[in-house]
Amino acid sequence: MLRTIRNWMPQIALLPSLILVTVTVYGFIAFTILLSFTGSRMFPRFSQWVGFEQYARVWDHPRWEVAMFNFAVFGALYILLTLAIGVALAIFLDQKIRAEGVLRTIYLYPMALSFIVTGVAWQWIMSPDLGLERAMRIWGWESFRFDWIKDNDLAIYCVVIAGVWQASGFVMALFLAGLRGINDEIMSAARIDGAGPFQVYRWVVVPALRPALMTAIVVQGHLAIKSYDLVVALTRGGPGYNTELPSTFMYTFTFARGEMAMGAASAVMMLIMVSVLIVPYLYSELRHAD
Amino acid sequence: MNMKVSTALGGLLALGLAAPVAAQDSVEVMHWWTSGGEGAAVSVLKDDLEAQGISWQDMAIAGGAGEAAMTALRARVTAGDPPTSAQMLGMTVREWAQEGFLGNLDEVAAEGNWDDVVPPAVQAFGKYDGSWVAAPVNIHRPHWVWANAELFAANDLTMPETWDEFFAAADTLEAAGVIPIAVGGQPWQEATIWEAVVLSIDPELYRSAIIEADPEALASDGIVESFDIMRRIRGYADDNFAGRDWNLTTAMVINGEAGMQIMGDWAKGEVVAAGLTPGEEILCAVVPGTQGSFLFNTDFFAMFDVGEEDRAAQLAMAEAAMSPEFQETFNLAKGSIPARTDVSGENFDACAQQSMADLAEATEADQLFGSLAHGHGQPPAVQAAFLDVVTQHFNSDLSSEDAAQALVEAVAAAQ
Repeated sequence: MLRTIRNWMPQIALLPSLILVTVTVYGFIAFTILLSFTGSRMFPRFSQWVGFEQYARVWDHPRWEVAMFNFAVFGALYILLTLAIGVALAIFLDQKIRAEGVLRTIYLYPMALSFIVTGVAWQWIMSPDLGLERAMRIWGWESFRFDWIKDNDLAIYCVVIAGVWQASGFVMALFLAGLRGINDEIMSAARIDGAGPFQVYRWVVVPALRPALMTAIVVQGHLAIKSYDLVVALTRGGPGYNTELPSTFMYTFTFARGEMAMGAASAVMMLIMVSVLIVPYLYSELRHAD
Repeated sequence: MNMKVSTALGGLLALGLAAPVAAQDSVEVMHWWTSGGEGAAVSVLKDDLEAQGISWQDMAIAGGAGEAAMTALRARVTAGDPPTSAQMLGMTVREWAQEGFLGNLDEVAAEGNWDDVVPPAVQAFGKYDGSWVAAPVNIHRPHWVWANAELFAANDLTMPETWDEFFAAADTLEAAGVIPIAVGGQPWQEATIWEAVVLSIDPELYRSAIIEADPEALASDGIVESFDIMRRIRGYADDNFAGRDWNLTTAMVINGEAGMQIMGDWAKGEVVAAGLTPGEEILCAVVPGTQGSFLFNTDFFAMFDVGEEDRAAQLAMAEAAMSPEFQETFNLAKGSIPARTDVSGENFDACAQQSMADLAEATEADQLFGSLAHGHGQPPAVQAAFLDVVTQHFNSDLSSEDAAQALVEAVAAAQ
């Protein structure tokens, strides 16, 4: 009897959190998917079914068009730049330099801030009337211009800058851990076999960093899709709605406009985007685990 | 020992009894009047009710022009626990009434003669299906030009009455080295300017294009012209207008950095807070070409259907909110004018007095319209479609013709 209970103890201990996750995560995902097929406006209403009409309305909407374009720009640049800067920082820090601990903390520190703080601070820095542009002009560089945040086409790059500043340190930490995990003896062995520095990196270091790379892409990718607070704090979607992202679209339509079903449809679109990113990763990870 | 137990029991009983009694005489009010002046205005009502023995549970939710409050309200109502009352704009009152959540105020309305003292256009939002469901507390007018008197005097300018005069004044101000027009680049602020421009072109265009959302009117030359004027206005703004808050924009006019701003009468709050008098240091005039008509937006206390035991307190609150004394004190603090037209204007500033006179005149001539930018023109989804196009045009190089066409499509898609 006691033994049976003891055997089942882990399952029993996990049960509450399992139920909680099932209901609050998967239950609400199902709820949202159902909602996206209804004609709900201010409140969820499951009496009127409209099929894929809400999806058609989302894809026809000019704001969604802007949101998807911005997501492509932001997502691609955010992931590529954080990777490039993160890897570079990690390689430099790995050269056994002095005061590495201090530098590492400095680079990692932005990650400790919330996106709201990052957004507000960068909003001040990039605002032409009180930030960088003004400072440069006061210091005598009268023709200095940096007004991207007020520019319709360039404002989205301001979001990229703030996001990259925040997250590069995190990618650096991932890669630094990866680099430190490489056994020195393998590197020595490669050198003894006559490999140059480039070849060592190409054939030894890079393959060893593959897990770190996968993790970085998946973590940064889903952050890019979910990114909401950064835009809200930095530009509030403006100028006009030129920095709209899928997440701000979803919030606006669900809560501010009384278009709950349309909001749900856009949320499902975001879920699909996350899945496209995560599922292959999970698949490859699980296969490796077997 | 026995004594102690019975005392304790008595105490428990007393507590148990006291709770429902207290609940009977309390109101819970959700609103987003959180700035200093607004908070003071609300506490007038709170004190009034507490004098009657009704306690006031404040549920102030700041942010986003009520967006945050409306989100919280929806959660409360979905959970089956609505507050006694909530601050709402006209179209929102209508939506909640359609959903069947609002109560009935006809008894106090009949007693207080609301039907005779509230302008019919405001009644249209406060009443649903012939019954009063919400108490209107103020009337804001969103189409004003605010100007720095010192700059105007120094450049021999007077308040413009036509768009030609307006742009001539802007040229003069530009030559004098100040920003001619202060613009806050947020969708609702841009729409506040745009709706005034449409009204100035023709009040009937405002009626057909905005209130009735008639596709033909939306594609008409008048709307194309309105976008032309918007483009000209943007030409007189500084480069950094995008995203600027309205109060910072008003501050530019107050401190002489900019000459003029088009904004609603809540801008007076900033003027008064700076220690100035509206009508003296900061001049006011309605937007050129909108003389004789009146756009309005009104804050309502919408009353939820709360059941019998809370109804007495709710009706007392509605009555207090509609009393002439409260309407006067509240609106003096808020910058608007009373929703009751029988309140004397003698304590109000010159701009508010003009508003009151214009309101009477516009009501008479059927030229009183709900403001689109402030929730009295179209339901939220359609309103947002208008705002999308207006802000997209203002923040891009979209041509006026294309903007009018985009408007037709966006409005049709949102309906």
